[in-house]
Amino acid sequence: MSELLKISGLHATIDADGTPKEILRGIDLVIPPGEVHAIMGPNGCGKSTLSYVLAGRDDYEVTSGSALFSGKDLLTMEPEERAAAGLFLAFQSPVELPGVNNANFLRTAVNAVRRARGEPELDAVGFLKAVRAATKNLSMADDMLKRNVNVGFSGGEKKRNEVLQMTMLQPTLAILDETDSGLDVDALRIVAEGVQNLRSPNFSALVITHHQKLLDYLGPDRVHVMAKGRIIRSGGPELAKQINEEGYAAFLKEAA
Amino acid sequence: MPAITETREQVEKLGQSSYQWGFETDIEMDLAPKGLNEDIIRLISTRKEEPEWMLEWRLAAYRSWLKMKEPTWAKVTHPPIDYQDVHYYAAPKKKNGPKSLEEVDPELLRTYAKLGIPLHEQALLAGVEVPEGEEARMPVAVDAVFDSVSVATTFRKNLAEAGVIFCPISEAIRDYPDLVKQYIGSVVPVADNFYAALNSAVFTDGSFVFVPKGVRCPMELSTYFRINARNTGQFERTLIIVEDRASVSYLEGCTAPMRDENQLHAAVVELVAMEDASIKYSTVQNWYPGDENGRGGIYNFVTKRGACRGARAKISWTQVETGSAITWKYPSCILQGEGSVGEFYSVAVTNNHQQADTGTKMLHLGRNTRSTIIAKTISAGKSDSTYRGQVKIMPKASGARNFTQCDSLLIGDQCGAHTVPYIENRNMAARVEHEATTSKISEDQMFYCRQRGLSEEDAVGLIVNGFCKDVLKELPMEFAVEAQKLLAISLEGSVG
Repeated sequence: MSELLKISGLHATIDADGTPKEILRGIDLVIPPGEVHAIMGPNGCGKSTLSYVLAGRDDYEVTSGSALFSGKDLLTMEPEERAAAGLFLAFQSPVELPGVNNANFLRTAVNAVRRARGEPELDAVGFLKAVRAATKNLSMADDMLKRNVNVGFSGGEKKRNEVLQMTMLQPTLAILDETDSGLDVDALRIVAEGVQNLRSPNFSALVITHHQKLLDYLGPDRVHVMAKGRIIRSGGPELAKQINEEGYAAFLKEAA
Repeated sequence: MPAITETREQVEKLGQSSYQWGFETDIEMDLAPKGLNEDIIRLISTRKEEPEWMLEWRLAAYRSWLKMKEPTWAKVTHPPIDYQDVHYYAAPKKKNGPKSLEEVDPELLRTYAKLGIPLHEQALLAGVEVPEGEEARMPVAVDAVFDSVSVATTFRKNLAEAGVIFCPISEAIRDYPDLVKQYIGSVVPVADNFYAALNSAVFTDGSFVFVPKGVRCPMELSTYFRINARNTGQFERTLIIVEDRASVSYLEGCTAPMRDENQLHAAVVELVAMEDASIKYSTVQNWYPGDENGRGGIYNFVTKRGACRGARAKISWTQVETGSAITWKYPSCILQGEGSVGEFYSVAVTNNHQQADTGTKMLHLGRNTRSTIIAKTISAGKSDSTYRGQVKIMPKASGARNFTQCDSLLIGDQCGAHTVPYIENRNMAARVEHEATTSKISEDQMFYCRQRGLSEEDAVGLIVNGFCKDVLKELPMEFAVEAQKLLAISLEGSVG
């Protein structure tokens, strides 16, 4: 299949005090298997909304258009079904779950997804082995597994925890929503390497970012520029460089 | 989104049928006529073959009760209870009293099987030896209460060898009258409150535990209560006495059959801990909470109190309350002995139209007494839950300390959670701390969990169990697992 994700004419609104406000105004996007795509764009252009709509968040209403994921209608699936189907969203602000042990959460999630995929569940030993290997790769301290999910984590620890979850859940499509924001140089490198480790013909990524730096590590196949709920320009990695140097102004003008 | 609405409906349907232990057992019943008067009390006393002093004690309680009124300070509402419309005595008809497993009504054994009473206990009833390798596991002794008459008691021999008495209270009244006479009503006096007085007048069964000086009870003691007869009020009476340097862990768990009518339940539990003694009393309560519209369900008015009589005595209450339409329950500690310790760990879950008003009382009388209160309240649906706790430090309790933490978790926007702490400190050299929080399961948390592949129910289960962790870890292992499952079952259909 040449299309892992195919979005066509996608429109979505959010409820703003009783009146629907349109955020996505006709998104067209195709991501083939094994490719890394980047989405860049000014604040408020709908990047995060796109990631939430794809992951199935309740707050948005899709008014028209479609999104096919491995040929299946993504938009009618529950969030957990999308996760089981292989879609992973790395949150811009990972959510804290007080009292919920990180390792327990991760194991519950991994086994829920494995069950749904018809794979055997991991026992405690198998899980620990896999998770230890993953935390080592991400230079995570062992005690992060013992702490509660994201509670009291620094910004960098939260993002690394997202990449850990991504590694363990083995998605076919990862959406990284500004995973690089707020990271120092070292943390950024570790996160980027975490994503690079997953690169394979069966893994694609949609990377939402403001910064050239992460893309330097990842080497995206395609870069899309988003503005006012649409993709206004698509191109190769050079597009990211151009934005980095010139800003969005030129593109916006062009689109207008 | 239509898909989500559909799931929600499905989940709600599941919630309605979630009371999987709703069944009734057909066993011939021996039923006293409805209503309460001195003749009924005499009948109960006669049926129980009680000595005269016990009857007099009951009648005294009854006469006090007649002058009392139902307490109204709790934040619960219910239609008036007609105390004359209740059967106060029901006993499975026995031919000659079961002497072995074969003689026990097979219907009854099937009921226990459905209840999930551990099979190894049934095996022990049948006289099957436990293999060597399994000795490592702490055995559990069960005094099974089926309606009002205990029909089977296990492990009696093992316990007797250790000098521990564990038997139905009616038997204790006959066999150990001096012990019972000395302690019954000494912690909860007959006229303590309306429900305790009622219980004292008409209690039909319950457990009696006596652990003599220096003995650590060799196993967890457990009683499974079950309400089974239509319109039969349950009036359990439990008395646990632990002498100097002795200890016991007692487990109590309940389920009840599904039915339409409200059922009255008023139990009394009394604990006495002497010098350096320790009592751990754990409860998982899962009585029928009523249907999703608030019809039916058990009214549970319980008086539980422990007295730390000796120095350094310790009483620890742990409860997981998920059932009943109404819960009115305040397991308390009287900290009399110097340096004695009282603990209260509680999880109270209410869903649909359930009402719970529960908490504890810690009465500090002795010097350097300490108490800890950890109360977790979870409200969902249209339910209402109140933590009501009293910490009272008397003038002689120098160096007394209390720490209280009350946390409420709300699910949905139609439920209520209330915290009502009463703190009274009459000693300047005492320290009292109180912390309280209220939180909600947020949509962000739900979405985050579901994005990681968890179903809504699993996500709620995980978050709720995390919320209750500090309490659940106080439960004995056997109960901790059961309690986790119960929490998930009780909250089915509450999200969305």
